[in-house]
Amino acid sequence: MSGVTQHTAVRTGRVARTFIYLVLLLFALFYLLPFFVMLTNSLKPLSEVTGGNMMSLPQNWTLEPWRSAWSTAQIGVEPTGLKPYFLNSILMVVPAVVISTVLGALNGYVLTKWRFRGDTILFGLMLFACFIPFQIVLIPMARMLGLMGLAGSTPGLVLVHVVYGLGFTTLYFRNYYAAFPTELVRAAMIDGAGFFRIFWRIMLPVSGPIAVVSVIWQFTNIWNDFLFGASFADLDSMPMTVALNNLVNSSTGVKEYNVHFAGAILAALPTLFVYIVAGRYFVRGLMAGSVKG
Amino acid sequence: MKHLSTLAAFILGTSMVPALADPSVEVMHFWTSGGEAAALGAVRDKVVAGGVAWADAPVAGGGGDAAKTALQARIASGNPPAAMLMLGQNIIDWANEGMLGNVDALAAAEGWDAALPQAVKDFTKIDGHYVSVPTNVHRTDMIWASKAAFDKIGAAYPTTWDELNALAPKFLEAGIIPLAHGGQSWQEVYMFEAVASGVGGAEFYRKALVDLDDATLRGPDMVAVFTELAALRGMIDANAPGRDWNLASAMVIKGEAAMQIMGDWAKGEFTNAGKVPGADYACIPVPKAKGDAFVYLVNSLSLFTQTDPDLIKGQEVLASAIMDKDVQVAFNKAKGAIPARTDVDLSSMDTCAQETSASLAANDAGGTAVPTFAGTHAANASVVGAATDAITEFFNSDLTPEEGAAALADAILAVK
Amino acid sequence: MMASAASDIDFKTRLQDLIPKIVLSPSLALTLIFVYGFIAYTVVLSFTDSKMLPSYDFVGFGNYAKLWGLSHWITAITNLAIFASLYIVICTAIGLTLAIFLDQKIRGEGVLRPIYLYPMALSFIVTGTAWKWFLDPGIGLEHTMHLWGWDSFNFKWIKDRDMAIYTVVIAAVWQTSGFVMAMFLAGLRGIDNEILKAAQIDGASNWQLYRRIVIPLLRPAFLSAFVILSHLAIKSYDLVIALTGGGPGRATELPATFMYSYTFTRNSMGIGASSAVIMLMTIAAIMIPYLYAELKEKGQ
Repeated sequence: MSGVTQHTAVRTGRVARTFIYLVLLLFALFYLLPFFVMLTNSLKPLSEVTGGNMMSLPQNWTLEPWRSAWSTAQIGVEPTGLKPYFLNSILMVVPAVVISTVLGALNGYVLTKWRFRGDTILFGLMLFACFIPFQIVLIPMARMLGLMGLAGSTPGLVLVHVVYGLGFTTLYFRNYYAAFPTELVRAAMIDGAGFFRIFWRIMLPVSGPIAVVSVIWQFTNIWNDFLFGASFADLDSMPMTVALNNLVNSSTGVKEYNVHFAGAILAALPTLFVYIVAGRYFVRGLMAGSVKG
Repeated sequence: MKHLSTLAAFILGTSMVPALADPSVEVMHFWTSGGEAAALGAVRDKVVAGGVAWADAPVAGGGGDAAKTALQARIASGNPPAAMLMLGQNIIDWANEGMLGNVDALAAAEGWDAALPQAVKDFTKIDGHYVSVPTNVHRTDMIWASKAAFDKIGAAYPTTWDELNALAPKFLEAGIIPLAHGGQSWQEVYMFEAVASGVGGAEFYRKALVDLDDATLRGPDMVAVFTELAALRGMIDANAPGRDWNLASAMVIKGEAAMQIMGDWAKGEFTNAGKVPGADYACIPVPKAKGDAFVYLVNSLSLFTQTDPDLIKGQEVLASAIMDKDVQVAFNKAKGAIPARTDVDLSSMDTCAQETSASLAANDAGGTAVPTFAGTHAANASVVGAATDAITEFFNSDLTPEEGAAALADAILAVK
Repeated sequence: MMASAASDIDFKTRLQDLIPKIVLSPSLALTLIFVYGFIAYTVVLSFTDSKMLPSYDFVGFGNYAKLWGLSHWITAITNLAIFASLYIVICTAIGLTLAIFLDQKIRGEGVLRPIYLYPMALSFIVTGTAWKWFLDPGIGLEHTMHLWGWDSFNFKWIKDRDMAIYTVVIAAVWQTSGFVMAMFLAGLRGIDNEILKAAQIDGASNWQLYRRIVIPLLRPAFLSAFVILSHLAIKSYDLVIALTGGGPGRATELPATFMYSYTFTRNSMGIGASSAVIMLMTIAAIMIPYLYAELKEKGQ
């Protein structure tokens, strides 16, 4: 996060800065509070969780809940923990995020820089598609996947997530590219650059921040999706959230809250990793640079 | 020839694989907690020992709601599981859709008709066919009482509703919450059916909640049921709304609260906490004002029609394994329920299970065993859903018992 | 020679014209089939007596009549109106403030950003439990304050039928306001610094700079935020289930929980479909004028 060009040109005074830091820290506390509850309770034995004060620190520290959530907790009949389901989720999430983000970027590029009659209506149609309730999707989608021979498979899940993520990724890129000066694209066209060349050389280099937003959104939603995973996955493609849900949502059995919390944090680690890594590209777009270069 | 078929399998790819695979059975269920999974594990071990591969498809959540949704998607995609854990009227609905196969031949050979009580057969043998195989019976009209709390005020466990109501002020005086309650709508419906069986009796229960007779639903007995519910409403603490049932059980275990009205799956919490029935806590049926009654819930695995002989073989081995006497005992020790079969030796089970089992046999013979309403045995899911709205509304407001009964009858009438 | 070169160029230009449409077409086809096809199917189902499985016995407007006769459908709609408006406004305000503050050359931005974002990463099936405990007067915040000696502290919203929906707002804001921050931050980072420098040279104060220049430039980001937040508000399901289970009583029921329970749990697919159609019509009534205004202006 260095280099002057990456930051705003706005300058702030000393009092204002103190105030800004104060607000930012207060919000950090607000966001961290439930995490504190989860973390402390995941380090207590169960009796202390159900018996004691849920806000207090553990009296007997234990890592057992974490071990259990990772490798020995009951997910079904088998005491496998969450471990075996991580790979299934990754095999589903990575292609789905890549495909939907790339398609979204291309769509946004077409809808802002290669406009044609009726493009606004098409965008409106794709945007409204974001609002379809998933409850109504389930049965017809299952039927379609059955007909296509994709029922209960990872490619089927990837298809579902790409379809219902497209509206969002298109929205992000279209609204981001809308602010990008069209004159630069025109100039490149006059120089004889084609559709993909302009995309590759001019648009992509400035897409960092919005690509991060799109990836964060898609990765989070797909990673955390339960409804589609539970309905369209098979034994070999069952994603991690379905396993986490099985761990947490027992009906008439004993609830091991400490293991649940540990499991939830474990399950969120890949997403957190993406946030931290992707955050590095959260830099001010170098629009001027791309023109000169 | 052998080489040829291998070659054919190779060329045709995966399409040949199922035919070459060993017998297997895919079981879709929502039993994922330690005790539940251990119970199902007893069945699994027997199935695997019978040479059949076990494919586990657990989907937990909402007391089976999530699994039900997943099942509907599986069926829409043309790929139903071999066996599915389902409750009550759902089994009948799927049987009526013609989706369920049966294991009649096996049942006849193993003499299931004699081994199962009528209460269980009502929800496994549909139109004369065994479409579902019962693992266990739960009793839902139970009180879980803390011995320490009762000792503290020097009272005996209640045998009538009046006694129970009279205990409340004494517990409050001693700083004990009379009734530990988890304020979630499904728990309130289980409490309602327990009170209905206790205050109104089996006859009333059947007319109101199985036959859905409008006059009975609006009648004085139902008002009496709601009057008792209103009394119970006054015995709970202010923090009850939204509480998980386990945490309510924990209050009884710690002696902070005196009683909990909950199905016998609550026993697992007491056992887990190292408590012994009789010495630390009591498991007693709710008081019965109008003769004995027993509200039961049957868990069973329903069998979806299969065409592949290996999968049919898998279903048969599964069915036989579930009905095995040793498996029934092992299963129910882990699950905290009682065996579906009446002809097994219960001497290795705890006193709670033995008493419940004896009570089921007596009530089944006397015709006073009634199916659970909350667990969608007595009525279908849309009726239970509508009734849930009315009951939870009553329990979380200050409606009068008359208004409560009228609201329930109206809700049921609207969807009947 | 000349002629063929000309037609070659002609072909190239026409291809250039076609490429954008070809690029867009797969997305469009997927949307038409899997979204609008399914919506049409749902509209059909809403006029049938479908119960556990889809059926094609038509019952006219019967399901809609039943739907509007259900008191807790009305509760669900009212709750959504309260929840969605508060949620969208608060998230946008917090998101924008944090983004602007974080854009002021803040030390430790790399640490703060993931802290703001992480709530979205956690599955609400579990964080709902954490919030439930935290808001529970017997074991959570109120209890802790009492232990610390602040005996008059009172926070019982989650147990109160009239206030419980606001606890859902708190938890929902906690979960997604960080992401809204990220959206606005991306927008801010997309603004050319030269514009800001020029305005500063003209003597604009920071307040004026943001009000007059930056926020208007963020309009597309506001559109994104609005769409995302209303989408999340309408689909809030896990949140309610984990936090209140729709209770106390039915006080925090939302259309998403209603739809799910009628379609799948209560074997009333027809009523579930009709509630979905009503939801879609409501969304259309709100979104279409907004999109029209927003997109038309851009078109000029």
